[in-house]
Amino acid sequence: MSEPMTDTAPLLEVHGLSTRFPGHAGRVVTAVDGVDFTVGRGEVFGLVGESGSGKSATCRSIIRLFGGSRAAIEGRILFEGRDLVPLGERAMEEVRGSRIAMVFQDPMTALDPTMRIGDQIAEGLIRHRGLGRAAALSEAVELLAGIGVTSPAERARAYPHHLSGGLRQRVVIAIALACRPRLLIADEPTTALDVTIQDQILKLLMRLRDETGMGVLMVTHDLGVVAQTCDRVAVMYAGRIVETAGAIDLFEDPRHPYTRALLAARPSPEALGTRLTPIGGDPPDLADPPGGCRFHPRCPIATERCRVEAPALARFGTDRAVACHLATGDLR
Amino acid sequence: MTLLRHALGRSLQLVPVLIGITLIAFFLLRVMPGDPATLILGSRGTPDEIAALTKRLGLDQPLWRQYLTFLFDLLRGRFGQSIVYRTELGPLILERTSATLQLVGLSTAIAIVVTLPFALLAALRKDRFLDQAIKVVFVVVMSMPAFWLGILMVMVFSVHLGLTPVSGFGEGLVERLRHLLLPSLVIALGTSALTIRTLRSSLIAVLGADHVDTARAKGLRGSTVLARHVLRNSLISTISVLGVHTSWVIGGTVVIESVFGIPGLGSLLVSSISARDYPMVQGLTVTFAVLVVLVNFVTDVAYAIADPRVKL
Repeated sequence: MSEPMTDTAPLLEVHGLSTRFPGHAGRVVTAVDGVDFTVGRGEVFGLVGESGSGKSATCRSIIRLFGGSRAAIEGRILFEGRDLVPLGERAMEEVRGSRIAMVFQDPMTALDPTMRIGDQIAEGLIRHRGLGRAAALSEAVELLAGIGVTSPAERARAYPHHLSGGLRQRVVIAIALACRPRLLIADEPTTALDVTIQDQILKLLMRLRDETGMGVLMVTHDLGVVAQTCDRVAVMYAGRIVETAGAIDLFEDPRHPYTRALLAARPSPEALGTRLTPIGGDPPDLADPPGGCRFHPRCPIATERCRVEAPALARFGTDRAVACHLATGDLR
Repeated sequence: MTLLRHALGRSLQLVPVLIGITLIAFFLLRVMPGDPATLILGSRGTPDEIAALTKRLGLDQPLWRQYLTFLFDLLRGRFGQSIVYRTELGPLILERTSATLQLVGLSTAIAIVVTLPFALLAALRKDRFLDQAIKVVFVVVMSMPAFWLGILMVMVFSVHLGLTPVSGFGEGLVERLRHLLLPSLVIALGTSALTIRTLRSSLIAVLGADHVDTARAKGLRGSTVLARHVLRNSLISTISVLGVHTSWVIGGTVVIESVFGIPGLGSLLVSSISARDYPMVQGLTVTFAVLVVLVNFVTDVAYAIADPRVKL
């Protein structure tokens, strides 16, 4: 089936996305298991969870980049109404960098150590906009200036090892935004940075969202980042989405026991002086996940039903959904 | 340009190394048994003749003075007299150096041409049939002694197929290449067995590196990413391995030179040692050392070109 490209279609619609990787000894790791979500134009959509919850694999499935490993993708990824899953590698190359761009976690390793900064930014412009090298380089300098890099012409001639972590992350952002993408995937963009730089980078991303109207898929394990940037949030656990909600609703009225546990495990000014509550147990092995609700071995309120029957992600209220047998009623 | 400045700086560091080499070569000859004048004149020399020659060779001078004379003669290209050939060493060594360098140069070029495609194929087909096949073939090549591989190739290509000459050096460019092809190939196969494995593993590491994802996320073509971002970063470690191996090959060509009858430095060294041609051994020692130092210098410069983080 083919959808017409319309302005009314959401920017990104993900339906039933599953991503599998070959694991050790012939086992298959299902990193993403039947995930649905939607990102609107100009919206910042957060994907939250522990390490190994499948949030990174989800966003990498959209742009289909897995750091050299092989992955099998199932489901539908509708971008501006067009399904990306059946596209060949050549067609994906046209989409990457021009319509969908990505900012990576670690700016210390995300740049090619053997190439000058200016050339690394210019590459995308030459590829997608057909600019000559000189024109692309001068636009690269303008991009650097536009995101608040001082003496941009000098920085463009530098190599990555000449720059600090915060500056490198700005360069990574400049590379991503060079061709004015409609969707920016930010995979833990501030995790490797110290707190003051984190704040600058997040403010920069929000400013760029406001200026360009692009959608942002913000992957993070940091609820502080969610509070500061996201409009809506999906919480992932063991490859599945367990709860989606507006960012404010999520903090004020978390429904899924896992979401509640995450919030309880996080330091906050209100909870000053009280002990943080860690989540007991370990995240499950994705090559052999527990049956029923995947959170049941760690869930404080799990019942017999939770052990055998996996809860579906059920709509709840306006614009909320939760995958828990017990969460739709009043939990208190 | 900064690279040029760094290269000049690095070449200045070579001066003390070269002085050290001449010191060792000089004293090596002095501690060897036998008096050069006696050796040159042989058993027919009278004590008067030996004394006269000792004076003419400057062997009656104090050691530091002899060393300085030796050093300045070297700088003017005068290596002394060969006891066996009874002529100046300079032109002889130069001719042999040229032959060895042609052999090593051609074999290094072949090694590079062989390494790139096989390492790329092995890395891109990691752990699959092609990768395993390449590994097995080159392990077999690597475990074959060079002289045996050389003889085997002569039997196949020269004797049975008549494609290349059996031995010798050849005159003129085409003939020279025809004569050098087999010996260079034998050396190159040994080198590539090593460099393919090095390059394959660094290619695999770089293919999974974050910056390669960044490059792909720009929408660059797969081949562009490979050439511009993967290969260049992977070559860095292979350059050092190739450099070390090439200096080793320079000293180790003697076997290949003997099998293929090539008049190079190695075969000259072996014959000079058995003839106790001490001045020749001294000159060749210095020559080998200088060549190894030069190869290392070229390696360092190539390394700095490939990796901008390196300061020479």
